[in-house]
Amino acid sequence: MSKVLMKGNEAIAESAIRSGCRHYFGYPITPQTELAAYMAKRMPKINGTFLQAESEIAAINMVYGVAGTGKRVMTSSSSPGISLKQEGISYIAGSDLPCLIVNVQRGGPGLGGIQPSQSDYFQATKGGGHGDYHLIVLAPSSVQEMADLTALGFDLADKYLMPAMLLADGTIGQMMEPVELGEEKAVSTEKKPWAVTGTEMKRKHNIVNSLYLAPDELEKKNFERYEKYKTVEENEARYESFMMEDAEYCVVAFGIAARVSKNAVVAARKEGIKVGLIRPITLWPFPKKAIAEAAGKVKGMLSVELSTGQMIEDIKLAANCAVPVELCCRVGGMIMSPDEVLNSIKKLVGGAGK
Amino acid sequence: MTTEILIAGFGGQGILFAGKFLANKGLFEGRSLSWLPSYGPEMRGGTANCSVVLSDEPIGSPIVTNPDVLVVMNLPSLDKYENAVKPGGTIFVDSSLIKREVKREDVTAYYIPATRLANENNMPTLANMIMIGKVIKECGVVSTDGMEEAVNKIVSARHQNLKEINLKALKIGEEY
Repeated sequence: MSKVLMKGNEAIAESAIRSGCRHYFGYPITPQTELAAYMAKRMPKINGTFLQAESEIAAINMVYGVAGTGKRVMTSSSSPGISLKQEGISYIAGSDLPCLIVNVQRGGPGLGGIQPSQSDYFQATKGGGHGDYHLIVLAPSSVQEMADLTALGFDLADKYLMPAMLLADGTIGQMMEPVELGEEKAVSTEKKPWAVTGTEMKRKHNIVNSLYLAPDELEKKNFERYEKYKTVEENEARYESFMMEDAEYCVVAFGIAARVSKNAVVAARKEGIKVGLIRPITLWPFPKKAIAEAAGKVKGMLSVELSTGQMIEDIKLAANCAVPVELCCRVGGMIMSPDEVLNSIKKLVGGAGK
Repeated sequence: MTTEILIAGFGGQGILFAGKFLANKGLFEGRSLSWLPSYGPEMRGGTANCSVVLSDEPIGSPIVTNPDVLVVMNLPSLDKYENAVKPGGTIFVDSSLIKREVKREDVTAYYIPATRLANENNMPTLANMIMIGKVIKECGVVSTDGMEEAVNKIVSARHQNLKEINLKALKIGEEY
């Protein structure tokens, strides 16, 4: 397969199609609109469904409906639109259904701005909607990963029967890079035993539901789901380790912030500072073990993120007070420069030395 | 080697297209590259810029803050980005639209009356490609071989009749 040049948003769409997704429901919003536009163009040609719903709330509930039939389905939006979808996402999680939700983040809160941000970290990783639940949250850092993690998101959602979210940002969505797309998978015709597809009067009917009025029954459902979440946490945490072998300091960053941080790590190395980078690829499950291990070896850690400090809480929990954890952040659509990260690394080195 | 390029001007001048051409040329040469547009509510007449990074190694940040090569097609862009260029870098100025010279002495400046040349050659929308032709010749950011292949790739299906004129614009820039 040769590489093609694509925008991150388009790579998600093409990868979803190649992963056997034939149902897309959405509503336009910057900076993810290219994704919907791509689907609008392609889906009618491959016997798929592209539907621009009347609102984000309608779109996520259409996703809920298709997910109930066991077919691969997705929606995409950006921060304010994802907030609107939260009720539906909670219902899908409460019904143990698989789907893929894409959030190409922009600055908030409220209507915020349209420039890149990572400030929906809490919303994505800590539930987002009401009730006790998790999403599998994947954080692409390149156009290649926009494609790869879309495919992975569908697979993991199907495997664990829970919604997966691709948590991208405006930069990765808008940029073009060479990307190698995976082979096209045939659309699965497998009948899921739990899916609502008509009984043909041959079996008991299936019910897709998140309502359990008996508290003991609802408690049981919640505990079962938490057993599943434990399995996901044990098996699915992913991260990239960069120059960590002999590192005395550790930068932790994901998405576009990790790209900027890589430049800063290389620059710091040139100045003789032994620093490395851990880039979480899954934000939930968070790569706790990798962070804990690093915390046992280094003198200090630095969280670089486009929020006023959200992922840093998970880093601190995993590091368990072993080392100081500092923050380097820009928000509202601004992105730190490699120099700003380098300065924060130097501050960390100075502070930890005292 | 890594080259960080920033192209800036008004919306409608083909700033993003010029960057896309370099990106596609880089792709054909098998190099690492990234192309990042400024995006926003801008439209024709507003400001537009794009960051292109070409490298022989995997690319870290796709955001160009201190370019090696700056291409400017309006005065606000020269005012805004002149001081951001790395010492020893290169600035390409569309001198038919920008009436001042580059103030810095630690960079190389080239002045190309691209918009005038484009008008004179009956290709008023291709000043961007004239600028890019000159950039490729002076900086060697991509090879001058296989220009046609890259033009074929980037000119959309419904504008196939514009391939020749794009190539001609690149040539005018190269030869200026």
